[in-house]
Amino acid sequence: MLKINNLHVKLEEEDKQILKGVNLEVPAGKVHAIMGPNGSGKSTLSYVLSGKDGYEVTEGSATLEGAELLDLDPEERAAAGLFLAFQYPVEIPGVGNMTFLRTAVNAQRKARGEDELSAADFLKLIREKAKSLKIDADMLKRPVNVGFSGGEKKRNEILQMAMLEPKMCILDETDSGLDVDAMKLVAEGVNALRSEGRSFLVITHYQRLLDHIKPDVVHIMADGRIIKTGGPELALEVENNGYADILTEVA
Amino acid sequence: MALPQAKLDATDARIAALTLPEGASWAREAREGGLLRLRTMGLPGPRDEYWRFTRPDALNAASTPGAAIFKSDETALFGDIDRLRVVFRDGVFDADASDDLSLENIEIERLETATAKDIHWAKDLYGVLETRGQTPVKRPFAAMNTAFATDGVVLRATGKVSKPVSLVYLHEKTDSDAILHFVIRVETGADLTVLENGPAAARFNKCMEVDICDGGTFHHVRAQGRDHERLAVTHLFARLGEESTFKSFTLTANGRLTRNEAVIEITGDNATAHVAGAAVGDGDFHHDDTVFVTHDAVNCESRQVFKKVLRNGAVGTFQGKILVKAGAQKTDGYQISQALMLDEDAQFLAKPELEIYADDVICSHGSTSGAIDDEALFYLSSRGIPNAEAQDLLTLAFLAEAINEIENEAIAADILSRLEGWLERHRSA
Ligand SMILES: Nc1ncnc2c1ncn2[C@@H]1O[C@H](COP(=O)(O)OP(=O)(O)OP(=O)(O)O)[C@@H](O)[C@H]1O
Ligand SMILES: [Mg+2]
Repeated sequence: MLKINNLHVKLEEEDKQILKGVNLEVPAGKVHAIMGPNGSGKSTLSYVLSGKDGYEVTEGSATLEGAELLDLDPEERAAAGLFLAFQYPVEIPGVGNMTFLRTAVNAQRKARGEDELSAADFLKLIREKAKSLKIDADMLKRPVNVGFSGGEKKRNEILQMAMLEPKMCILDETDSGLDVDAMKLVAEGVNALRSEGRSFLVITHYQRLLDHIKPDVVHIMADGRIIKTGGPELALEVENNGYADILTEVA
Repeated sequence: MALPQAKLDATDARIAALTLPEGASWAREAREGGLLRLRTMGLPGPRDEYWRFTRPDALNAASTPGAAIFKSDETALFGDIDRLRVVFRDGVFDADASDDLSLENIEIERLETATAKDIHWAKDLYGVLETRGQTPVKRPFAAMNTAFATDGVVLRATGKVSKPVSLVYLHEKTDSDAILHFVIRVETGADLTVLENGPAAARFNKCMEVDICDGGTFHHVRAQGRDHERLAVTHLFARLGEESTFKSFTLTANGRLTRNEAVIEITGDNATAHVAGAAVGDGDFHHDDTVFVTHDAVNCESRQVFKKVLRNGAVGTFQGKILVKAGAQKTDGYQISQALMLDEDAQFLAKPELEIYADDVICSHGSTSGAIDDEALFYLSSRGIPNAEAQDLLTLAFLAEAINEIENEAIAADILSRLEGWLERHRSA
């Protein structure tokens, strides 16, 4: 599904290398997790994959189902099936959540040559998905993320993911800021989407989320590289011992 | 201080081709009064405090530079709204194109007819609100309008008027130079909506005097056409009685030069005055909102909400003042003026002013100019919304606070669709 090959990325504005050769492959239908110390480059990787400005790819490539991702505009990547649940979802005053989602869903359908969803069908769909995430009608009407609590913002990300039905979902610390119940809700939302044709890359600091969303593979990222890859037990090791052992082990 | 000879000469040159229209003696007096005010203050110049941001040259010129006719393939604005149409063609009333000027709860009369009558209610207002609005800031083009206006209508609402009166301003001659004057009286408890639509002429000078009696409601929505080369200087004078409501919204798309002045005087307690505008310009566009709200009563609310979207050398200016007189306690005054710059070439100049002589008031004002928020833009694109569409969405969000000032939903939807159309046509390459 997603294949990242020797990806090197520096900041556009300053001469600072952030990703220093990332290699990663997430096969279709699998859930991979990335853990790693603060500042190791996890969010940067997710931004570069989604096409955010400000980064320069100096070497390497990334493909989604064989198609080169890095040449595409962000909206083209989205239409191709990539989705990023932001670590810090953006507030957009003046744009209603519902309008935003309908525009997004229909823009993607249009880009894929599909018919737009009728207003009625859209409404039915969003009500159903919102309900399972305990997002009330008021939150749907309000401007995108404006005045949402941290947890509400994260649930809103999952709602978008559920509506857009992407193939490759990257979740950047979707668990941070969630209370125990919200974490369960989010995990259920994610698990409901798990399928053969859909892959996940879950960035997290905590083993807890991975109890709910069982990963097939866990990667450890440090200083712009994947330094260790293993099974779910790797997450437990981090939870118990921190990163120190792993870092010395590979150094 | 006497006017310098050069300024007087320029003023006389400006009006040389104009004549004071005939009328009843009160009307003649009002017009002569306007002429006297104009010749006393003279035409505006770059040193006048409220003309520093806007060059008046094209308005001062003896003849109009002319403006190409704009051919639009859009459906008529307000076309789906049930309304009474009063049509002006290059500043001349067109009875055939207009609806029958009779409607329950309102008297509609052509200015010429009204000012010919020896006794008429308009006598107490024509040039009267304009004169009140000349202090403390001079408004020469309004005085000129009172003196020389060649057409217009006077409206007196006596109850709830069932549909809007829609002033339609057609522009069909490249060199038309129109001066229209409107007098509106909303009687106690009456309720009137006035729509204005169109460029009116190559050069347009409009003055509207609105007197809202106690408990009266006046809604005003205007759009100034889509012509690129036209010039306009407009004045809206309003006086508000007790518990009255005044709400005005203006859409300006295109136009080489537009100066819209709103001078609002709140004289009765518990009154509400909102004045708002959305202006969008691309290229040869200079748009000026000059607003003066005077609070002279207790417990009144006023809002000024002005938003401009500018690109490609377009210039927006805002001069807005809230004056709270001594004794105008419990005043709630709000003012916001913002520009969204779609590129680096646009310019926004703002002069917000507060002058407060009462101690128990809340007044706030803010002015900002900035670009589209990159973070928001990326967020939208990452969800699959193409860049241009995402920009439009964010731009409309920026304009929303002004558009929200339009109370009637159908009218607001119509205005919104015009803005959507404009943005779509003016996307960056
Ligand atoms: N636009 C930027 N300007 C300056 N530094 C940046 C920028 N983007 C990323 N960095 C730096 O790059 C490094 C990696 O940041 P990144 O956000 O990817 O880390 P992370 O692994 O997601 O950390 P966390 O676990 O705290 O979320 C950090 O040192 C960060 O300060
Ligand atoms: Mg991060």
